[in-house]
Amino acid sequence: MTDKTPKRKKIAQELGDTRGKIKMSVLRRIAKYLLQHKGMMAICFVLMVVSNALALVAPKLSERAINAIAPENGTIDIETVWINCLLMLAFYALSGILSYVLAVLMVKLSKKIIYTMRRQLFEHLTTLPVGFFDTHATGEIISRMSYDIDTVNTSLSHDLLQICASIITVIGSMIMMISISPMLILVFVITIPISIIYAKFRAGFVRPLFRRRSQKLGELNGYAEEMLSGQKTIKAYSKESVIGKRFDEKNAESVEAYYKAEYYAATVGPTVNFVNNLSLSLIATLGGIFYMFYISNLSGETAIPAIFTISLGGLSSFVLYSRKFAGPINEFANIISELQSACSSAEKVFAIMDSEPEPSDKEDAVILDNVKGEVSIENVRFGYVEDKVIIKDMSLEAGAGKLIAIVGPTGAGKTTVINLLMRFYDIDSGSIRIDGKEIKDVTRDSLRRAFTMVLQDTWLFYGTIAENIRYGREDATDEDVVRVAKMANIHSYIESLPSGYETVLSDDGVNISKGHRQLITIARAMLSDSPMLILDEATSNVDSRTEQKIQQAMYALMEGRTCFVIAHRLSTIQNADTILVVKDGDIIEQGNHDTLMSAKGFYWSLYHSQFET
Amino acid sequence: MKLVLKYMKPMRAFVAVTLTVKVIATVIELFIPYVLSYILDYMVPAGNIGNVVIWGGVMLLFAVLACLTNIIANRMVSRIARRVTEKTRHELFDRILHLSSRQVDEFTIPSLESRLTSDTYNVHHFVGMSMRMGIRAPIMIVGGIIVTATLDVAMMLIMVITMPLIAIAVGLITKRGIPLFKKSQRSVDSMVRIVREDSQGIRVIKALSKVDYERRRFDKANKQLVSDENKAGINMAASNPIVTVLLNFGLAVVIVVGAYRVQGGLSETGKIIAFIQYFTMISNAMIGITRVFVNYSKGSASAQRIAEVIATEPDLCVESEDKHPAKNTGAHISFENVSFSYLGKKNNISDVSFELGHGETLGIIGATGSGKTTLAQLLMRFYDVDSGNVRIDGRDVRTIPHDELNTKFGVVQQNDFIYAGSIRDNIDFGRDLSDAEIERAAGLAQAEEFILGYDDKYEHLLNSKGTNLSGGQRQRLLISRALAGSPEILVLDDSSSALDYKTDAKLRRAIKEGMDGVTTIIVAQRVSSVMNADLIIVMDDGRIIGKGTHSELLESCSVYKEISDSQIGGAVID
Repeated sequence: MTDKTPKRKKIAQELGDTRGKIKMSVLRRIAKYLLQHKGMMAICFVLMVVSNALALVAPKLSERAINAIAPENGTIDIETVWINCLLMLAFYALSGILSYVLAVLMVKLSKKIIYTMRRQLFEHLTTLPVGFFDTHATGEIISRMSYDIDTVNTSLSHDLLQICASIITVIGSMIMMISISPMLILVFVITIPISIIYAKFRAGFVRPLFRRRSQKLGELNGYAEEMLSGQKTIKAYSKESVIGKRFDEKNAESVEAYYKAEYYAATVGPTVNFVNNLSLSLIATLGGIFYMFYISNLSGETAIPAIFTISLGGLSSFVLYSRKFAGPINEFANIISELQSACSSAEKVFAIMDSEPEPSDKEDAVILDNVKGEVSIENVRFGYVEDKVIIKDMSLEAGAGKLIAIVGPTGAGKTTVINLLMRFYDIDSGSIRIDGKEIKDVTRDSLRRAFTMVLQDTWLFYGTIAENIRYGREDATDEDVVRVAKMANIHSYIESLPSGYETVLSDDGVNISKGHRQLITIARAMLSDSPMLILDEATSNVDSRTEQKIQQAMYALMEGRTCFVIAHRLSTIQNADTILVVKDGDIIEQGNHDTLMSAKGFYWSLYHSQFET
Repeated sequence: MKLVLKYMKPMRAFVAVTLTVKVIATVIELFIPYVLSYILDYMVPAGNIGNVVIWGGVMLLFAVLACLTNIIANRMVSRIARRVTEKTRHELFDRILHLSSRQVDEFTIPSLESRLTSDTYNVHHFVGMSMRMGIRAPIMIVGGIIVTATLDVAMMLIMVITMPLIAIAVGLITKRGIPLFKKSQRSVDSMVRIVREDSQGIRVIKALSKVDYERRRFDKANKQLVSDENKAGINMAASNPIVTVLLNFGLAVVIVVGAYRVQGGLSETGKIIAFIQYFTMISNAMIGITRVFVNYSKGSASAQRIAEVIATEPDLCVESEDKHPAKNTGAHISFENVSFSYLGKKNNISDVSFELGHGETLGIIGATGSGKTTLAQLLMRFYDVDSGNVRIDGRDVRTIPHDELNTKFGVVQQNDFIYAGSIRDNIDFGRDLSDAEIERAAGLAQAEEFILGYDDKYEHLLNSKGTNLSGGQRQRLLISRALAGSPEILVLDDSSSALDYKTDAKLRRAIKEGMDGVTTIIVAQRVSSVMNADLIIVMDDGRIIGKGTHSELLESCSVYKEISDSQIGGAVID
């Protein structure tokens, strides 16, 4: 135990100064949620005061009952005992009912708040720019929505109640004890400072250990999640033992952090009990002496001032009150640390709620309708981060109904062009116009509706195939769904499934291949019928035979629409009206297949690389 | 819960000592109110202040002893809980790593994940809690009853009568609570699923202007969850008031009966006071036990889920050569009349046979879902064939020990995984390869160019799942990994779909030159990726519909010709 101090310091240093105060701004914001339910809060408060007060009166009644049987009276007043005990029953019963009602109300209140918080967080998430999701891990967003909001909620429903109840109990028992024996109160002059010192020590020392514990557990979970998703690869390389060993290290770290926290936390319960027992012994000793004085006064032997005496019933109820009194004080450290973790959770949730949403549409933004599909891009410059320009200077004119293909090596900025057209990101300079209107000046919603997009990423949600296809247009009839499924060449496959269109697509998509998923996304796109079309590697997961089969449908889809196509297979874009060859963020060549081929430039060499071996 | 006992077994002695210390601690605590009643009933009437102070000191001493022994016992409990958790997690993870792919598919990855994380946590929590509370509380109750029996048997009996009532009430509430709790847990899953989906598909949602639709979908899940949580919460809200009220009812009755007994000279007033003290103690213990019970249902459900995985014997054991005799044909890899089905209903692979010599290249091409990947997975024995044989150097893969089998392969799979760590770590993949080997592999895989573009080169840190790489960069990194271990057989499953043709061609050339003598299997959708293979098989609906070289297939297999024409766009190749 000699190295205790340095060890503690080391841990504290590792953790940095994490003791941090509970931020008032965060508390105020949580309070705002509570204040939306003022009426309910008021009812809860009244219930709490009343039920606690009733519970506080009960020991006083037991005092009277016991005094009635105290030996010094000589006789026993059974009637008083009965009356007081029945009253006690009534008070406890009433208090029990009230505290049940209170608990139910608090559950409801906290659920109302949690509902609002979740809804607000989700709605805010949907307004955030796409970039937010590119830079924040999905797991992180999920843990905000589930773990963090839950933590806030637990604290709201439990701690808040606890704090109010504690304050009432502490003050109430204090008053009761003073009324019984002001001198015995002096016992707490000794025990309360012990509690406070201990609570302080605990808050400062054990709390960071608990934080470290949850941090290590998070790391372990992250590692497990990652490795499980790579299970097939680990097997293929026979690396079970290496990965297992690393897991064991993380496991040991996590368990160690847990153990350390518990090692010190193990003192809490017994110490709290000790302080209680200490009070009890002091009260018993002092109270016993006072009771002796009381008896000797009664018998007239002495005339000790009343302040130094106590009746037996008084002593008994004093002991009960002292337990009630000590409880909240010892619990206080706990509550504070819970509140703190709730605050740090709330802070994380609020941080998302405060993150900048997509800038709202201009006030005078017009709705883009009756779109012909003339797209012009002029001197566009853009970078995801300020100092790294991805697109240096891009210009392009695309007439209505034209097919524009974008080709180029991996990482040349092809997808970025799409991000800009859809206004997932805003350009740094230059302009993009549709039918002569700056896309900055139209509403995002109408802009995006003007496009239909099929991406390499085959995103589908948990639901039936029919629901997923209908996602393209909610009012589509079943016939429409079947029609586009046929066009996308997926109908017969869907029909071959046992539940057909009602087949539920599971999360990991194990039940349906990637190629089929992509065909469903194509069917979905076919349903939405917009004047412009974006195909970003739309058929990369589909084998070329299938691709050929749906080619016709794709051409039908493209007919009369302005199309932007990104593809690796140059064969698919040979009939494009304009082919843009993008390299390192610049359009280095532009023209149709024939002119580009005859120029014998980069496109020409790309084209020939297809046949290289 | 048997599981927990099993892991405690090696530390039997330690557990026994811990339990003993805990029992001693609890018994000491029980003596404290006893002393109180002793003071009031015997010392006070005797009128000796000195004695009162001495006995007060005794009480204090007991309090100190109880505190110390409890702290020691609690710390020992933490140690046991640590040990059990560590062991459980270790065993579970180890077992998961050794499960076959079929078994993993059955459990599903998200489910295994939550077993490994939240379920082990629940068990840990339960072990700690049950050893602290679960031991202390019953001893408190039993001890309390014994001590009170010595004080006054009649009053003790009254107190005991309330206990079955409490037990029934708590039992009913818990019983009702478990299904409610499970239901709300499922609702959490659906809510989380929507958040997960939407975070991943935000582009599509915004592109289709589906924000309102998603909000409604989330709102529905949110409402359902809140309503389920409400039900569970309200059910549980009853437990504390019921226990408190019942206990206090008992207390009031005790006082009344006590009064009669004191009147009848059968008891003393001090005893009633001590009784009240014990009552408070016992009621706290009862509330503690209630909590243990709630935790037990959670902990035991979790332990069951863990035990389920650990009890799963990994299939795909190494089988004897007698069962699957070797058959040497001189081929490196051979498939003989192989049939296989994932779900046991419809065959995913039907009667596939082919042979591949040492150092040769096999190209597998075919429609989406035609069984290309399945063939590769059967070769690596992720699954066992239903009939037929898969052989490497004449030996059936079922007779080759796992370690030996797996070290033969360098593999890139579809949706292969990259973990958070440096580029070097990701290529090395725990094989302790030299820098030279890693750099050579990256060079062949055409990955060097982008790796050297980073300031910290091979030490550059990657995000989980490689989100800070482009699709093409990811694939090249994975190919580097496959090439780095000097494998005997290289399996590239759709490993270059995100590469442009030029890089793809360069890559293939580099592999051909740099990996001479390595038998290679390429699963692809591009004809250009496989056209130079020594053998190409064309798959359709689990069957081979064409087998031969590029030029042979152009003649013999109409499907192949169709694919080839469509991709090369009918361009004339001179």
